[in-house]
Amino acid sequence: MPTPYFGWTGKVLRIDLSSREATLISPEIEVYRAVLGGKGLAGHHLRPFANKNWDDPELPLCLFTGPLTGTLSPTSGRMTIMSRSPLTGTIGDASVGGGLGTRMKQAGLDGLVITGKSAAQKGIEIVDGRVQFCDAGALTGMGVHQLASRLAGKGSFAAIGPAAENRVAFANIMVDEHFAAGRGGLGLIFAAKNLKYLTIKGSGRVAVHDPKALGAAREDILRLTMASPVLSGEHGFSCYGTGSLYDLMDSRRMMPTDNFRKTHFDQASSLNAFAFKEKYLPRKTGCKGCHILCKKITRGGVVMPEYETMSHFTALCGNTDLDTVVAANALCNDLGMDTISAASTLACHAEISGERLSKETILALIKAIGRGENPELAQGAAQYAKGRNHGEAAMSVKGLELPAYDPRGAYGMSLAYATSTRGGCHLRAYPISHEILRKPVATDRFTYSGKARIVKIAEDVNAVIDSLTACKFIFLAAGLEEYAKAFSAVTGLPYGAQDLLECGERIYYNERIMNAVNGFCDRDDDLPARFFIEDGSHGEGIEIRALPREEFLAARAAYYRIRGLSPQGLPLAEKAKELGLTWNG
Amino acid sequence: MERLIAKYEKKLVDAGLADPGAPLLAGLDAELIFNRKDPATAELAQIFDGLHINSLLYCRPAEPYRTIVDYLSSLGRTITPEDCETRTFQHDIPVASRFHAPEILACLRRRKSVIIPGAGVIAHGVVSPEQAFVTYSSVLFACFVKFFGDYLAALEAGHSDPSGRPSAAFQAAFNRAVSHLDPVRPVAPVLAKGPFATAAQVYEALDQAGKATVDYRLVDSFFGNISYSLDDVLYISQTGSSLDELPGHVDPCPLDGSSCAGLTASSEFSAHAQVALTTTARAILHGHPKFSVLMSMRCAKKDCDLRGACHLKCPSARLLGDVPIVPGEVGSGPTGLCHTMPQAMRGNRAVMVHGHGLFAAGETDFNEPFATLLTVENASREAYFKTVAALS
Ligand SMILES: [Zn+2]
Repeated sequence: MPTPYFGWTGKVLRIDLSSREATLISPEIEVYRAVLGGKGLAGHHLRPFANKNWDDPELPLCLFTGPLTGTLSPTSGRMTIMSRSPLTGTIGDASVGGGLGTRMKQAGLDGLVITGKSAAQKGIEIVDGRVQFCDAGALTGMGVHQLASRLAGKGSFAAIGPAAENRVAFANIMVDEHFAAGRGGLGLIFAAKNLKYLTIKGSGRVAVHDPKALGAAREDILRLTMASPVLSGEHGFSCYGTGSLYDLMDSRRMMPTDNFRKTHFDQASSLNAFAFKEKYLPRKTGCKGCHILCKKITRGGVVMPEYETMSHFTALCGNTDLDTVVAANALCNDLGMDTISAASTLACHAEISGERLSKETILALIKAIGRGENPELAQGAAQYAKGRNHGEAAMSVKGLELPAYDPRGAYGMSLAYATSTRGGCHLRAYPISHEILRKPVATDRFTYSGKARIVKIAEDVNAVIDSLTACKFIFLAAGLEEYAKAFSAVTGLPYGAQDLLECGERIYYNERIMNAVNGFCDRDDDLPARFFIEDGSHGEGIEIRALPREEFLAARAAYYRIRGLSPQGLPLAEKAKELGLTWNG
Repeated sequence: MERLIAKYEKKLVDAGLADPGAPLLAGLDAELIFNRKDPATAELAQIFDGLHINSLLYCRPAEPYRTIVDYLSSLGRTITPEDCETRTFQHDIPVASRFHAPEILACLRRRKSVIIPGAGVIAHGVVSPEQAFVTYSSVLFACFVKFFGDYLAALEAGHSDPSGRPSAAFQAAFNRAVSHLDPVRPVAPVLAKGPFATAAQVYEALDQAGKATVDYRLVDSFFGNISYSLDDVLYISQTGSSLDELPGHVDPCPLDGSSCAGLTASSEFSAHAQVALTTTARAILHGHPKFSVLMSMRCAKKDCDLRGACHLKCPSARLLGDVPIVPGEVGSGPTGLCHTMPQAMRGNRAVMVHGHGLFAAGETDFNEPFATLLTVENASREAYFKTVAALS
C-alpha cells in the first residue's frame, strides 16, 4: 500500500463552540477506505449523535471534503455539509459547490466537526488549520449579500442570513454568497450554535499519488462531457444552466403546476431559459474546479434561478413574471433560505387559503418569512398545512417539499422521492437521468418494472459522488468507471467502479440506520395521497395518470429487499454487519 | 425485463453480431432470469453476485467478428480501440484468459465489457440490457476497424521491412474474416421523395431512412443520427436513439434557439443545425460505415508530429475518395466536430469525420444522403482491398 494519505489530508478539525476549543484528529485509514470522504465521512461522524435534537449543542455539524477535492479531477470542488435536519428530523445533508471545499483542503483539512453553542454570536475564521473565534454580534440580521462583502479577503465562507436567525425551518447555509447548502434547514444548526459564519483559506496543495494517471482520467471525463448534449450541447446546462430543463419538463407534461394539482403550465414557453437569457444576458460561472459552469450571473451580479426555482416560482405558484422569479430567487438567497421549500410553502398556502399569489404577495410573503414576521409559514409546508388541518395540501415527503419533477410523469422518480433519506429530494437517485434525459440509456418512465434496483444502485452511486467528491450532473456523461480511475490516481488505492459502489452502499445504509434511530420507517417512505388519486394534465398525446398505488407499494417492497431492509423499511443487523456497520435493531 | 431481454437478443441476431440462439442474456429485477438454459449460467450468476448491475450479456460473436475478436484477444490483455466513439465511451477493452468468474469479475469491476478468447464477449448494464447490447456492439465495431486497419498497416510496414509483415496467424485470420464479410450491396433502396411539407411526412421519412441505414449495416448499435429541417424547425433523432426505432424519439427543435427542447436531441445537434442553417441541405444522415471509418484513419505521413492526435487537429486537407476528411470529437466541445464538419459541408455532399463516421446531406429527402453513405462505404471497401492486393 502506498503512503496512506494521498488525496486526503488525514486531518479533521473538531471545534467546540461552547469551550472555544479546536482539536485536530486523524481518522484511521480504514475509515477513509470504507466511506471515502464528503458525505461518507460526515455520516460517519454524525452517526453516534444522530438522535440529538437539532438545537442540542452536542449535535455535530459536519463539513467534509473528499479525496478528489482540490485536485485536477473535474467538478470535484464540492463538499458535504451534514447534520440532523431541523425541518424533517431525518439526516440532513447537502452537497454544496463554490470554493469552500477546495479552500478547506488547501488549509490542510478533510473536514470540520462543529459542536457546542456559543454564548454570543460568533464567526469562525480558519487560516491553514489555525482557528480564530471572532465576534459576530454586529452582523446579526445581516443579509448574505452584505455579509459577502464584509468577509471579502478571508477566503471562502459559509454563513447564514436572517432566515436562520429567525428560525425559518428551511433556512440554508450559504457558501460564497451564491451557493446554497439547501434543503432540510441546515442553516438552523448554525443559528442553534450561535454561529453566523465560517471562513477558510489555506496555502497548501493536495498531494496526488499519480498526476499522470489523473491527467488521463481527467481527459476521459472531459471528452465524455463534451459528448453530452445535456451538459455541453447548445441547449445544455453549460449554455443555459439547469433552466434548460424547463422546456423539457413542460413538453413531457410533468411540470408541477398550481401546487401539483396540474402538470402543465400554459405560459411555460414564454418563461423558459431562453427568455431569461434574452432578458438578462447572463454570463457563465460556477464552482471551483468545474468546466461545465452551469451557474449564470449578470454583469450586475444578479444570479439566474436554477431550474427548480424557475419552475416553482412560475408554474407552482401561478406566476408569469420573469422579474418576480429573479427577485424571489435573490431574496431567498440573501435571506438564506431554500427556494424550493419557500415556493412550495407559498403554493401550499395559496391552495389552503384560496388566495391567488400575485407578484407582490410572493415577494412580500418571502420577506415576511425570512424576517421572522410570518412564523406560521416559516415552519415549511408540512407543519403549516398540518396546523391548518389540511395536511393533504403539503406536497412533501418526510416533511421536505418536493422539487419540480411531478412524480406522475416518471415512476422511478416517485419511488426515489419515497426512499430518499432526506425526504422529498430528486438528487438522491435522479431517475430523471434515464427516464427523461436518456442517460446512460432511456428507460420507460411510466413503469415501475426494474426501477427498484435502478433506484437503489443510483442512490449508492450518488453517495459515492458526494463522497469523492464530484458533481452529480457530470454523471449524465461520465460514470464511476472514469471516476474510479481518478480516485485511484489521486489516492493510490486501486479501487474500481464496483469497489466504490460498495462504499456507496455502506454510506447510504448508515443513513437509513440514523433515520431508523429517529423512528423513520415504511410509513414515511411514501408520497402525498394526491399523486395516487388525481391525474395530472394530459395532452399532446401524453397521458399523465394517477400513480398506481399497488405497483408503487410492490416496487417499494422490492427496493427494501434489494437494499437489505426489513419489510417495514428498517435496517437489519445482518446486512449492517456485512457492510461493516454496527446496528442491533 | 423479459421483454427487453427478448428485444436485444433479436437485435443482436438481426445486426449480424450473433448467430441465432447464441446470445445468453441475464436480467435481475426481483429475481435473476436468463433467456435460456445454458451450462454457463452458473458462472454468470456468480458474476452477477459480484457486481451492482441489472443485466448481463454473454455471447460468442457471429463471423466475421468471431475470428476478429479471437485473433485480437490472443495478442494481449487489453485491446485499445482507435476509432472515435469507442475510444470515447469504452476507453479500452480488457481480455480475460479464461471463462472463470473471479477473473472475469476482476475485469468487469472496472470496465463495461470483457473479452474471453475463444469464448466470447461479456458486457453488463446497470439500468437496462440495452447498455449491454450497446457495449457489445461497440466492442465488435471497434475490433473490426482495428483488425482490418492493423492488417493494412502490417502489410505497409512489411513492404519496407519484411519482419513487419502480418504473421501467419494474422494472415489466416484475415483470410477467414474476409470470407465472412457481408456481401456488397450496390443498390440503395428507394426512399420517400421530398421535399416534405408536414411534420408527419418528416417523421415518416426519418423512420424509413433510419431503418434502411440499420438494415444496410451502415451504423452500429445506437450511434448515428439523422435530421430534417422544415419551417425553421430541425427534426432530429434523440441522443441514444437507435436509427431503426425512431418513432417517438425525434425532437423538434426550433432553429432560432427559442426553446431548449433539444436537451435530449442527438449530441451532434449543433453540427446538424449549422449545416441546416448554412447550406441548402435539408436532410442530413450520419452513419458509421466500417471501411470508411478505417480508411479515414489511414495516413501516409509516418513521422507526423500529430500522430495520436489526428482526430483532434489533423491540419491536412485529406480525402476519402472525393469526400473531405475533417478532425473533430463527438459533441459541442472546443474540439467538437461541430467546428469542422459544417464548414467542410459547404460545397460538398458529404464529410467524413476522422475515425468516426460519415455525414451526408441531401437537398430535399434522404435518397441522396443514403446513396452517398452507401457509395462511399462501397468505394472505401473497394479501395481497401485494392490497396491490400497491391501490397500483398
Ligand atoms: Zn457518430
